[in-house]
Amino acid sequence: MTTRMKIAIASGKGGTGKSMVAANLAWALAQSDRVTLVDCDVEEPNLHLFFPPDDPESTDVQVSIPAFDNSRCTLCGDCAGFCAFGALVVAKDRVLFFPEHCHSCGGCALVCPAGAITEIQRPIGTVTIRHLSAHLSLVTGTLNEGEVLGVKVIREAKRYAAKPGWLVCDASPGTSCPVVETLHGSDFCLLITESTPFGLHDLELAYSVTSHLGIPVGVVINRSDGKDEEVRRFCNERGIIVLATIPFDRWIAAVQGSGDLISRVDPAWKERFIALGGACRSSVGGT
Amino acid sequence: MKICIPSKGPDIQDLVDERFGRAPYFIIYDTESKMTEAHVNSTAGAMGGVGPKAAQFLLNQGVDSLVTERVGGNALEALKAGGIMVLLYEEKGSTVANAITAFLKGNLKEQ
Amino acid sequence: MSVIGGGYMIRLAVVSGKGGTGKTVITGGLVHLSRCAKVMVDCDVDAANLELILNPRIIKREEFTGMEGAYINPSQCSGCGVCSDACRFGAIESIGDTYVVHPDQCEGCGVCRVICPSEAISMRPRVCGEIYYSETPYGNLVHARLAPGAANSGLLVGRIKKIALERNGECDLMLVDGPPGIGCPLISTITGMDQVLAVTEPSVSGLHDLQRLIRVCRPLRVNMVVAINKYDLNPGISDSIREYCGKEGIPVLGMIPYDESVMDAVRKGRLVTEYDTPAAQAIHHLWHEIVSTLRVRADAGQ
Repeated sequence: MTTRMKIAIASGKGGTGKSMVAANLAWALAQSDRVTLVDCDVEEPNLHLFFPPDDPESTDVQVSIPAFDNSRCTLCGDCAGFCAFGALVVAKDRVLFFPEHCHSCGGCALVCPAGAITEIQRPIGTVTIRHLSAHLSLVTGTLNEGEVLGVKVIREAKRYAAKPGWLVCDASPGTSCPVVETLHGSDFCLLITESTPFGLHDLELAYSVTSHLGIPVGVVINRSDGKDEEVRRFCNERGIIVLATIPFDRWIAAVQGSGDLISRVDPAWKERFIALGGACRSSVGGT
Repeated sequence: MKICIPSKGPDIQDLVDERFGRAPYFIIYDTESKMTEAHVNSTAGAMGGVGPKAAQFLLNQGVDSLVTERVGGNALEALKAGGIMVLLYEEKGSTVANAITAFLKGNLKEQ
Repeated sequence: MSVIGGGYMIRLAVVSGKGGTGKTVITGGLVHLSRCAKVMVDCDVDAANLELILNPRIIKREEFTGMEGAYINPSQCSGCGVCSDACRFGAIESIGDTYVVHPDQCEGCGVCRVICPSEAISMRPRVCGEIYYSETPYGNLVHARLAPGAANSGLLVGRIKKIALERNGECDLMLVDGPPGIGCPLISTITGMDQVLAVTEPSVSGLHDLQRLIRVCRPLRVNMVVAINKYDLNPGISDSIREYCGKEGIPVLGMIPYDESVMDAVRKGRLVTEYDTPAAQAIHHLWHEIVSTLRVRADAGQ
């Protein structure tokens, strides 16, 4: 029987090793199971850097934008008056449209009394699928530079990834809407932290989001220097299990820095990541 | 002719705001009547698109020239499309009254 | 001759293409080393960490109401569901015989308000976080905390920078801890800065993120310099970063070694430069280089 389990990987800030955990976990689990790894850090996707280059398939992510029929437009200004995002300006002889401000709400077409506005599609990013092995695929959402609707790209990336097996979604850092979108619908969330005061502070922030969404969590302490008392106390007080501790180690940093995976280089780490996946599954009562 | 200066306050002795879309006030001076009007920039606190929104406000007010330290690309495009001349005034920490004087002397250059 | 303290407030922002590069620790070091009157601004509101190392005492707090969200008045709602069908963001759901707005999904477009036949929907300002104005041993700090799911924005960054200017405009230096990423908060942060220091680290993704950061900053014509943190963890990639920066004409002003004592200092609530360690010495050197590039630019009349 195939596992169906959606795990999100998140952290209150960047640089905690979220992507490293996501890539290692996915790679290790894919030794025996089907795994789809989803890079939801659409502003700076970099999970693909951990894997050898291959032949990716890309699809555009499109949003609706208004198109104007100048023969009908009366320059009344209702559309610009409605637009909450400042995407429209009605000048003396035409309507100006600033696509990067448009949220695709469709309101301008709705309020236009002259029926001069229709909607057309515009690409804002891509979803790229890479088949890395028989069991492992990577879905990468990429938001084009200068665009703002990352949430839309995340939603599309997750839609492409809706397959049986493990789904491992790497969120963007922080606590904002893209993170909420990534976490939405997850069975479990792994919060990655470091054993520093910064790490604890950021863990608190990330935990406030998962609690808000009602998603069960486990913690991974990364780059631990052994002084983890504060993080462990925080977890104990809230009944959060620390599922794994990855020590700070120059060897790990070097493997990582060169774009490799510790679970690919060292069988012991592969086993540890497989065990981490198992622990996530048992935490939500799966088998 | 009407000119507009983004301002930190409602009075001509208040300082010029270095931003356009997020300036709290717009002071509009009519060179014929020599009257000034202060308008609260109601969209200064919006999340985004404040430049185009402010440009729309100036277009609706029938402003001819904008005297400002800085204006974003979208707002500039909208102002130009609406026939509003954008004049750069880069004197730091200056009052609206001084900006009006500089405009009247005619030594501001167009962006 | 001193550039800093010449009656003009020098504005320096520390940024990084991604989080975790050591940006905040380095900002803390610069706070400590710059002995002039200064104000600090933490624009990294998603993970406001400057407060952890500067021991601030909050003296003023205010709500940040960033955006509007739709509100359905249950006594006026007829339960027709037109709003829910029209919402492109899936933010309106039926509960019993009425409808409610999920604030997490609502983008504040106002389509539901205009389409509602019962005029039951209004747009209301939503509290997205809190802004703090604090005292620290080094000067005032302006920082903020976001509500979960709320987004950092150019608006919030602009507001906290403005508070710093209004209340501490007489200072010689404004030191800004920037947000990660390359979006609107970053652009808002670097607007009006005299110098932007990008802190990177030697990894494949560190280089990749730095390249993106430089591409985004270039059209804004900001004066950018780079520091490589923990450069010795991967000297090969550190060389590639220097080579890349050399080609782009961006000076690399600092090379900071990996140093375990950095986190010990943070744990004790001290700044990294309060100790004489290899990382602290490198940050000293970095600060001197920053001051001299500012001086060269000042002499060139820029």
